[in-house]
Amino acid sequence: MRVCSYGANFYDENANRVYTENTKCVGCHFCEAICPTEAITVRKNDFDIRPLAHWTPEHLIGIMKQAETGGVLLTSMGNDRPYFSYFDRIVLNASQVTNPSIDPLREPMEIRTYIGRKEEKLEIEEDEDGTVKLKTEIAPQLKLEVPVMFTAMSYGSISLNAILSLARAARTVGTFFNTGEGGLPKELREFKDNMIVQVASGRFGVSADYLNAGSAVEIKIGQGAKPGIGGHLPGEKVTEPISETRMIPVGTDALSPAPHHDIYSIEDLRQLIYAIKEATRYEKPVGVKIAAVHNVAPIAAGAVRAGADYIVIDGIRGGTGAAPKITRDHVGIPIEFAVAVVDQRLREEGIRHMASIVVAGGIRNSADVIKAIALGADAVYIGTAALISLGCHLCQTCYLGKCNWGIATQDPKLTKRLNPEIGARRAANLLRAWAHEIKEILGGMGINAIESLRGNREVLRGVGLHEYELKLLGIKPAGEAW
Amino acid sequence: MRYVIVGSGPAGLNAIEAIREVDKEGEILLITAEKYVGYSRPLITYLLGRKVTEEKMYYRTEDYLREMRVDIKPATRVEKVIPEEKTVVTDSGEEIRYDKLLIATGGKPFVPNIEGLTGKKGVFTFTTWEDEEKVEKYIEENDVKEVVVLGGGLIGLKTTEALMELGVKVTIVELADRILSVTFDRKASEIITEALKKEGCSVITNDTVVKVNGDDTVSSVVLKSGKEIPTKLLVIAIGVKPNVEFLKDSGIEINRGIVVNEKMETNVEGVYAAGDCTEFYDLIDGQRKTIAIWPVAVAQGRVAGYNMAGKNVRYPGGIPMNSVELAGIPTISVGHSNVEDGGYEILTFEEGNTYKKMVLKDNRLVGAILVNDIDRAGIYTGLILQKLDVSSFKDRLLDENFGLVYLPKEFRKKMLEGEIKIWLE
Amino acid sequence: MRRILIREEYCMGCKLCEINCVAAQVETGNLIKVYRYVPELPEPNVIVEEHDYVTFALQCRNCDDPSCLKACMTGAMHRDPKTGAIRVNQEKCVGCWMCVMACPFGVIRRNTKEKKVASKCDLCADRGTPGCVEGCPNEALVLVEVRE
Repeated sequence: MRVCSYGANFYDENANRVYTENTKCVGCHFCEAICPTEAITVRKNDFDIRPLAHWTPEHLIGIMKQAETGGVLLTSMGNDRPYFSYFDRIVLNASQVTNPSIDPLREPMEIRTYIGRKEEKLEIEEDEDGTVKLKTEIAPQLKLEVPVMFTAMSYGSISLNAILSLARAARTVGTFFNTGEGGLPKELREFKDNMIVQVASGRFGVSADYLNAGSAVEIKIGQGAKPGIGGHLPGEKVTEPISETRMIPVGTDALSPAPHHDIYSIEDLRQLIYAIKEATRYEKPVGVKIAAVHNVAPIAAGAVRAGADYIVIDGIRGGTGAAPKITRDHVGIPIEFAVAVVDQRLREEGIRHMASIVVAGGIRNSADVIKAIALGADAVYIGTAALISLGCHLCQTCYLGKCNWGIATQDPKLTKRLNPEIGARRAANLLRAWAHEIKEILGGMGINAIESLRGNREVLRGVGLHEYELKLLGIKPAGEAW
Repeated sequence: MRYVIVGSGPAGLNAIEAIREVDKEGEILLITAEKYVGYSRPLITYLLGRKVTEEKMYYRTEDYLREMRVDIKPATRVEKVIPEEKTVVTDSGEEIRYDKLLIATGGKPFVPNIEGLTGKKGVFTFTTWEDEEKVEKYIEENDVKEVVVLGGGLIGLKTTEALMELGVKVTIVELADRILSVTFDRKASEIITEALKKEGCSVITNDTVVKVNGDDTVSSVVLKSGKEIPTKLLVIAIGVKPNVEFLKDSGIEINRGIVVNEKMETNVEGVYAAGDCTEFYDLIDGQRKTIAIWPVAVAQGRVAGYNMAGKNVRYPGGIPMNSVELAGIPTISVGHSNVEDGGYEILTFEEGNTYKKMVLKDNRLVGAILVNDIDRAGIYTGLILQKLDVSSFKDRLLDENFGLVYLPKEFRKKMLEGEIKIWLE
Repeated sequence: MRRILIREEYCMGCKLCEINCVAAQVETGNLIKVYRYVPELPEPNVIVEEHDYVTFALQCRNCDDPSCLKACMTGAMHRDPKTGAIRVNQEKCVGCWMCVMACPFGVIRRNTKEKKVASKCDLCADRGTPGCVEGCPNEALVLVEVRE
C-alpha cells in the first residue's frame, strides 16, 4: 500500500483492511514483488467491455479517453500490436556429421566484435631491419566483448540510477551504453570508455566537451517507436538536475523537433558528421541512427556515403519513454526486413565495409541477437530487455513518470528504489547469460567467431513465410538444403 | 607500577577498567570507605522500595574486580594524602605508597545546622547502602508511618518514592518555591508535584525545618512557618558537596571540588581526580563546576584511568543531565534547560502530562526537558553535545516523530557511519 | 566485528526490515507463521525514519564508545565479549532510562509495562545474517565486517 506510486492500494481505517482500486493499477507488479508473504497477486482484470474481434477493448478505451480529453493518446515502451514477429518465423541451423560442432567450453570462441569503418584492404610494409608494420591506418573502432549494447535512453526519460546501472554493467562486461539526447550528468563522466554520446534534434547538452566525453558520437535522426516525429519533455519534468544536463532553464519545455533543422538532405547530414569528426579530431566513430521505414535501405546507404561509421536501424517494435500511441503502433517496418535490406543494399553498392550495422527494436533474447546478426547486423542495441533486467514489468506507463521500480521516473522517493549496484549486477548478468548462449549456439553451428555469422543467412531458414518475404529476408524456407 | 584508587563509585570502577585495558600488569589497590564494594548508589532507593534484590545492587561485583586482579580495602577511610612521599594514610594509620593516585571520593551529604538535630535517633541522610540499611531497620523497629523528607531535589524525591512504596506517608519540605528547582523548570515541577500529591504525598514549599523535637529520638519537626509535623523519621536530602576535606593540607588545589585538567590530573604530579569530587568545564557555558551525575563520573573515571596508565585521552567536558521517573512519570532534563533570560529561544509543547521544552541559544540546542514522552530523548542530548546548528530543522524539534531524518544529510551520514564521536575524543 | 551499514540513498521505506526483525526474534522465523500464530510479538529493534523522500532504517550502531554504556548505572548495559555487540541484561535493568537519555541515535526503546529497556538489537548474534539485512530488498542495509 505504501509503495504504490499510483495509489492503487489504500488502507481503510474503519474497515481495518487494505483495498485496491483496480482502475488505478497499471500492472507493474511492484507490490507483488515487495510483499514478503506473497499475499498480493496482480491479475488480469476481466472487465465488462465486450471482447469483440474488430472493436477490441483497446480501441474502445482509446475512443472513450479521447472523447473525454480531445488529445493524442500517449504510451510508452515498444509497439505491442500483434504484428508478425519474423524473428519467431526464423529458425537456426546446427552441425551434424559433415561439419563438426564446437564445444565453446573447450575450444576458443570469439564473440568480440568491432563497430566502425573497416578498410577495403590492409597494406603492410617492411622496414629495413625486417619488422613488419601495418601501413593502412585503421579507423577508430568500438570494441565490444559481447555484440550487445545498451541503447540510447536519456537522463530524464529514465532515472540516473537506471543509467548508472547500465553504465556500470557496460563497463563490467566490456560494451557500451548510450546517453540518449538528455545530455551528460556529471556522474557519468567516469564511464567515458563505455559511453556513446548522442546528438539529437534538440541538441540538449551538446558541446565540444560533450562530444568528446564518450567513445563515439551518435546522430539520432529517428526512433523506431516514433519515426518522423520529435520529442517533448514537459516543463514540469525539467527539474534542477535535468536542466543542468540539458542546458535549458528549469521549467521550460524540452522540445526535440521532428527533423534536425540543419539537416534536409544527405549532404547536410554529411556536414554534421564531419563537423563532429572535426570536433573529435577523427578519434571517435560517428554513427547515425534512423528508424526503419519503407525507404530504409537507400537512406542507410546515403548515410554511409555521408561518412557514418556505423548505422543504427531501429525497428517498429523499438521502445520509447513517451510517444503518441498511434505513431508507435502504426509507423515503421519490422526490423528483420530493415536489417536484411540494408545489409543487402550496402553489399550491392560495395560499401558494406564502410560502416557497421547496429540493430535495435524489440530484441528479446540471444536467439534474436543471433538472427539479427545472421541477417546482416554487426551488433544489437537492447533497451527494453535491459530495463526488464532492472525490474521493469512493461506496464507501458513510463510517460506518467511514476515508475514504481525507480526506472522511468525522477521522483527521488521512487528513484532510490533502484540500487545501481544491484541494477548493474543484474544487467551485467543478462549480458553474460546471452554471451554464453550465443557461444553455445555458434558452437552448435560449427562457427567459432561471431564475424563468421554476420550476414551468414545460410544459417537461417524461414518457417511459414511467403516467398516474397523469404526473398526480402534473403533466406531459404525451412527444409531447403544449402 | 602501583595504582591506588580511592573511592569505589563509578569514577573509581571505570578508572580501574580503563587502566586494565592498557596495563595488564600493574598493581591496583582500591581503597573505599564503603562496606559494600562495587554497588551502585542510585540503586539504594530501588532497594528500599523493594524493586531490586541485594545481589542486583552490584554495578561491578567483587569477583569481577578480583578477576581483574584488584586488591580491595573496604571500609577504610583515607585520612591524608602526602604527595611528597607519594603515600596515603588510612584511618587505621596505615601508610600506603602509590605511583599513580586517583581520588574518586564522590560527594558527601550536606547536613545543615538545625536546632535539636545533633545526636537524635531517627535523623538520616540517604546516599549509601549503609544509610539504606539503617533507614529500613529503623522503619521496621519503630513502626514508622510518617516521614519528613527535607529537600525536594532528586535524591529527596527518589527517597520519597521508595518510602511511599513501603506504605509510609511522606511530607516533602522544600525551601525553594517548588520542588526539583535545580533540575527542572516550573512547568515540569508542577506536573510532578501534582502527580505526587495524587499519590498521597504532601509537598510543602517555601519552608524549611528549623527545629527537631524529641528526647532521644525524633518525635516531630517544626517548620519556619511555625507548623509542627509529627514524625519519627527525618531524611535530610538538601544536597551533596564534594568529599574533599581530607585533602586540606595536601597541596592539591581545591576550589569547590578538586581542580583537574582535561587529562583529569590535579596540580600535583601523579595525582588524578574524577567524578563528583571534582570540578571541570561545562561543555555549554565553559564554566568550571561540579556536575555530579553518573555518566560524567564514568567518562571522567575512564579518562583518568587511561592517562594514569599512559594512554593520552582527553575529556572534552560534560553537561548536566538527569533521567528520573517519579510518580510513574518519566522525566528527562539535559543541559541548561532551566534558564531565566539571556538571549535564549524557548520552544515548548504541552498536552496533559506531556511536556517538552527546547532551549536554544544562537541556533544551538543548549537544553531540553521531556516529561512523560521521553522516547528518543538521546537525540537531543547528542545535538546539545555536538553543538549542531539546528536552524534548518528548528520547527521540527518538538514533532512527535522527530528523528535523525531531519538532521542535515552530511551530518547524519557521518553520525551513522560512526565518524562523529560523542563524549570521549 | 560485524556492523550494519545504513545506506539511506537506497532505502525505499518499505519497512520489510521491521517485520523481518520481529520474525528474527521469534523462534519459528517464518514470516507468515510468526504473524499468524505467535500471540505476543516483540517490537522490532529497527526504526524506519521517514521524511519527504529521505528514508532509512536505523538500529543500534553498537558504537565503539557507547554513550548508553556510560550512562547505565546498574551495569545492565554491557558489551558482549564474543560478538562485540552492546546488550542489555534485563535482569539488572531497573528502567531508569539513563540510556534512553544518552543514546544520540535514539534507538533504545522502553518496555513501559515491565519498566525495562526492551531488548535491543544484538546484530542477530544467533543467526547468520541479521533479519533486517536479509529482509532488505534493495541492499539499503548491508552487513560489513570492521576492524577493531
